[in-house]
Amino acid sequence: MIREGFQEALKLLLRLDEAVIDAATRSLWVSIVAVVFASALGIAIGLLLARKSFAGRSVIVVLFRVGMSIPTVLIGLLCYGLLSRRGALGEFELLYTTWAIVLGEFFLAVPIVVTLTHGAISRLDRRVFETARTLGAGAVQRSMTYLREARLAIMLAVLTAFSRCFTELGIAMMVGGNITGRTRTLTTATALETARGEFASGVAMSLILLTIALFVTLVMALLSRGTEEADL
Amino acid sequence: MQNETSHSSATLHGVLLLMAFLIGCGTQPAQQTGSTTGENSPTESAIDAATGDAMPRAQTVLKVASTTSTRDSGLLDILLPEFEKASHCRIDLIAVGTGAALKLGEAGDVDAVLVHARSAEEAFMAAGHGVRHEPIMHNFFIIAGPTNDPAGAAGTDAVVALRRISEGKHRFVSRGDDSGTHKLEQTLWQKLGGRPEWDGFVESGQGMGPTLIMADEMNAYVLTDDGTWLKQSQRFQLVPLVSGANDLENPYAVMVVNPEKHPAVNSRLANQFADFLISEQAQHLIAGYEINGQRLFHADRLAEESSE
Repeated sequence: MIREGFQEALKLLLRLDEAVIDAATRSLWVSIVAVVFASALGIAIGLLLARKSFAGRSVIVVLFRVGMSIPTVLIGLLCYGLLSRRGALGEFELLYTTWAIVLGEFFLAVPIVVTLTHGAISRLDRRVFETARTLGAGAVQRSMTYLREARLAIMLAVLTAFSRCFTELGIAMMVGGNITGRTRTLTTATALETARGEFASGVAMSLILLTIALFVTLVMALLSRGTEEADL
Repeated sequence: MQNETSHSSATLHGVLLLMAFLIGCGTQPAQQTGSTTGENSPTESAIDAATGDAMPRAQTVLKVASTTSTRDSGLLDILLPEFEKASHCRIDLIAVGTGAALKLGEAGDVDAVLVHARSAEEAFMAAGHGVRHEPIMHNFFIIAGPTNDPAGAAGTDAVVALRRISEGKHRFVSRGDDSGTHKLEQTLWQKLGGRPEWDGFVESGQGMGPTLIMADEMNAYVLTDDGTWLKQSQRFQLVPLVSGANDLENPYAVMVVNPEKHPAVNSRLANQFADFLISEQAQHLIAGYEINGQRLFHADRLAEESSE
């Protein structure tokens, strides 16, 4: 079955199967948009949690950590409740659109980015903070320094969030609806092929997903190496 | 240009080789589907069951592949325990899509298959994957739709209803998953000379429950089995418009997997299971099964039922 999956994956890739390209670009688009928004918010929160002390901070840190374990099906259910015609945001008619998936994956990604950014900045050498302070840098400048110092770990946080969004199924199925040509992603296509008993096609879809994930990882690795060298 | 393509396909090969290595280190491809919704996870247990034969068993186990809609009807919760008690065995029910259920039978991963897709069943038997085919019961599909019924589908039969829905370009949610329900829908479209394309036609690629929810959210027409419909319809705004039509009959059958192809299957127990399903006891249980006060199935093997 795995060998068949490989053959099928190669066939689909080589003839640039329209449905596969469609699902793959949608998967990429949805997870990239979700991760961009989640990173903007998550890095800011992570930085804040690492550098500002206030009452209840550790509780919030713990909550975000636990948030990394929320099952995607639960996020899907909550988003469904929100976006359903009878839900609070029902009037916007977002259910069964790619934006619904983006919203769900945003909730999936934020705790990951927050937790890993918080960890990255907390682990920075104490001298970074002291130097920034003694040089009399403003809050914004100091923040930028911390982010620059921790950029590799933060990039990994973003990459981790992307991987999670790109490979998740529960949200895309529940609020995307797996609609042919509109909201079908690589993971919902895999689930559909499996339900249809087309196991080899299911494996093929996942192999294509892994291939894309590999490319993204390589690009990120090259980018981070590039920044390192530029600094040297 | 040619150089470039061959270069990129060499990269692709390298990538695929690397992935082969990664997957080889894992145990089973089923892990990739491990985080799927409940519908798919039984596939995993099917594979486990297939490889777990070396383990000693305290009890004989009958593995039955069926469809999610059959499971969701709740009938099996009444039927299966009776058989387990009488035959001192345990039934592992693997509820998946019709296509997957037939594949599991074909691969010998299960001992019996209980589905409702007559033409696919005939193909299964013709290919020698099964040794016995017993019709058990039938019910009817329903076409549900918006209360104001803009297509005027109410009171017609399925073919007329679908024609009016497509001609009026009304919203329609299709399963699109090669399930028994979807196969019936395709047969109906064929009778109309092929399905026309229109914007309101949507394929959910999901099970009946999620598809009904989608149709309800979109205020669209939908073809559904009546079991899933009766279980969930209280939540819906949609109403049943076509029911009990002759072209919406939904016949169920059990098939015993061919032991000559797969010596590991428990065909003795599978045969007992088939005997049980057509026995008077089981047939009465089927005929008496109700959801929300409504009878769901017509038993095929009862004299008083067949006269209906």
